[in-house]
Amino acid sequence: MHDQNHLELTSVTIDFPTDEGPFRALDKVNLKIHKSEFISLIGHSGCGKSTVLNIVAGLNRATEGGVILNGKEVVEPGPERAVVFQHHSLLPWLSAYANVELGVKQVFKGKKSKAEMREWIEHNLELVHMTHARDKRPDEISGGMKQRVGIARALAMQPEVLLMDEPFGALDALTRARLQDSLMEIHATLGNTVIMITHDVDEAVLLSDRIVMMTNGPAATIGEVLHIDLERPRKRLLLADDPQYNHYRSEVLKFLYERQIQPGEKDQSPQTENPDAAKPEKPAELRVVSA
Amino acid sequence: MNTRTMAKKYQAFNFRALDRLLDSLSKENISVATSKLIKSIGIPLTAIGVFLMFWSVLAAQVQTSLGVLPGPAKVWEQLMVLNDEHQAEREKEAAFYQRQETRNAAKLAKNPDAQIKTRPYTGQATFFDQIWTSLLSVATGFIIASLIAIPIGILTGMSETLYAAFNPIIQLFKPVSPLAWLPIVTMVVSAVYVSKDPMFAKSFLTSAITVTLCCLWPTIINTAVGVSSVDKDLINVSRVLRLPWLTRTVKIILPSSMPMMFTGLRLSLGIGWMVLIAAEMLAQNPGLGKFVWDEFQNGSSNSLARIMVAVLVIGFIGFLLDRGMLMLQRRFSWDKSAILR
Repeated sequence: MHDQNHLELTSVTIDFPTDEGPFRALDKVNLKIHKSEFISLIGHSGCGKSTVLNIVAGLNRATEGGVILNGKEVVEPGPERAVVFQHHSLLPWLSAYANVELGVKQVFKGKKSKAEMREWIEHNLELVHMTHARDKRPDEISGGMKQRVGIARALAMQPEVLLMDEPFGALDALTRARLQDSLMEIHATLGNTVIMITHDVDEAVLLSDRIVMMTNGPAATIGEVLHIDLERPRKRLLLADDPQYNHYRSEVLKFLYERQIQPGEKDQSPQTENPDAAKPEKPAELRVVSA
Repeated sequence: MNTRTMAKKYQAFNFRALDRLLDSLSKENISVATSKLIKSIGIPLTAIGVFLMFWSVLAAQVQTSLGVLPGPAKVWEQLMVLNDEHQAEREKEAAFYQRQETRNAAKLAKNPDAQIKTRPYTGQATFFDQIWTSLLSVATGFIIASLIAIPIGILTGMSETLYAAFNPIIQLFKPVSPLAWLPIVTMVVSAVYVSKDPMFAKSFLTSAITVTLCCLWPTIINTAVGVSSVDKDLINVSRVLRLPWLTRTVKIILPSSMPMMFTGLRLSLGIGWMVLIAAEMLAQNPGLGKFVWDEFQNGSSNSLARIMVAVLVIGFIGFLLDRGMLMLQRRFSWDKSAILR
C-alpha cells in the first residue's frame, strides 16, 4: 500500500459519434483507487460500466480527462491491465494451456526461460484449479471452467490491475459462488488491484472494498461510493446473517431501485446527479417511439 | 503415479474394455448397428436403384437421330469400351517406344556417332487421358486462384480502406461468366506466352487461367467476410496482449476465419470444375469437355452413351473434389463441431 493513488480516473468523459451528433456516454467520472483494492462497478444496464472498464483497459480512449496508472497516462491496451471478458474470449482452437501460454509468451519473452514459462503457466492453471483440464479445448469444458481459464490467462500476465467485465454473469449460481470464493482467495494471495463490473448485489458486497454505484446513462457518472468494512477473509455463510452485510446490501439496493430507477420503470427517472440528463437524449426518444 | 496404482488402473481399464466389447455384442446393440447400416448404406443404395430403373425405362422412350437415349446398361458397356480403347492405346504407345528403342540401338551399333532421335508418341488422347488433363487444369487454376485470393481476402478483410478499394472491382467481375473471358485469355496467352520450348501447352494455360478467373471471387469474398467477422473480444485480447501484427494475424485472425475460407475454397473448386468443362468444349482445349464435344460431332450410334459416361464421370470427379476439400477442412479447421456437408 505504498502508493495512495495507484490508479486514478480524472474527469473521464466520453462521446461516441452517432448520426445525430456525439452521444455522451460518460460524464466526468472521478475515481482514485489504491493498490490491491477491490472495486466493484454496479449500475443498471447501459450505464457505461463497461465503457469505464474499457477506458482503463485502454481499449477506448476518453474524449476528455484520462486515466493514470502509477503516474503514467493510459493511452493503449497493455498486459499490465489484464482483462477478463464476460464471454471468456478464449481462442477456441487452443487448449487451456495454450490459451494461457499465448499471454505468457508475449509478456515474459526474453525474461523467462522456456521451462520457467511452463512452470508459470502451470502455476496459474493451478491457481484457478484447472490443472486437470490443461489440454482440453474450450468447447470441451464447461462455462465455469472456461471462465477460470480466462482468469488464469489474465493472472498469468502478472497484471497490476485486473479488469473483470461481469466475469461470472453467464454462470449458474453454484458455479458463480465457487468462482467468487476462488477469486477472493487469489486476491488475498496476489493482491492485484481489481475492478469488477457486476449486476449482482451480493457479489459486489461479498468481494469488494468499495462499491462504485453508477447513475443511469446517458452522461452517466459515479452516483455513490460505498465502503465495505467487512473483515477478510469473508465467509458467505456467516455473512448471510451479519447485520452489517445486510445493511450494505440494502444500501446498494436502495441506490439501484430508489434513486436510479431504470428509465421506463417510472415516468421520469430523477437523475439529480447530472444536469445534462434533462435534455432529451437518444435512448429516451427511442423509448417514446416504442411505447 | 506409482507402479501399483498404475497396474490397478490398467486392470480396471481392461475390464472396462471387455465389458464394452460384450455390451456391443448384445442383441440390442446389434439391432441398433443394423438399423444404422441400413440408414447409411441401404437407403442410398435403394435410391440409386430406383434412379437407374427410371432412367432405363424413360430413356428407352426417347428417340433421337442417333438412336434411342442410352440406358444404364449401354452406358456401362461404353465405359468398358472406353477402358479397352485406353488399354489398346497404351499398348500401341509401348510398342512405339519399343520400336524406336530397337531402331536407335541398331543405329548406334552400326555407327556409334549416329544422331539418334527420340520422338514422343503422338497417338489419340483417350478418355482417361482427357480426365487427367482436366484434373491437372482445374488443380493448376484453382491453386493459382487460391494463392492470389487468400492474401487479398485477408487484406481486404482486415482493412476497411482496402475493402473499399477492392470491393467495386470484385463486384464488377464476380458476375462475369469466365467463358466471356475465354477469347481474351486465349489471345493474351498466345501473345504473351511465346517460348521455343514451352513447358505447358497454350491450351492448358488458357484452361487453367479461365479456371483461375472464376475461382478468385468466392475465395476472396468468403475469406474477407471470415477475417472481418473475427470475434471482437478476440481482437481485444490481442490488443491487451499487445500482439504484434504478424502474430495477431497468424494466431488469431487466420484460425478464426479458417471455416469461412474453406467455404470459399469449396465453392471456388466446384465452380472451377463446372466452368472448365464448358471452357474445354468451347475452346476445343484438351480435356473432358473436348471429349464430350468430339463425341457430339462424331455422331455415331455410341456417341450418346459415351457422352453419358463423361457426364457421370464429371459428376463423380466433382463429388470427389468436394470431398477432398472437406477432408482438408476437417484436417485444418479447428471447428470440429461444425456439421460439414
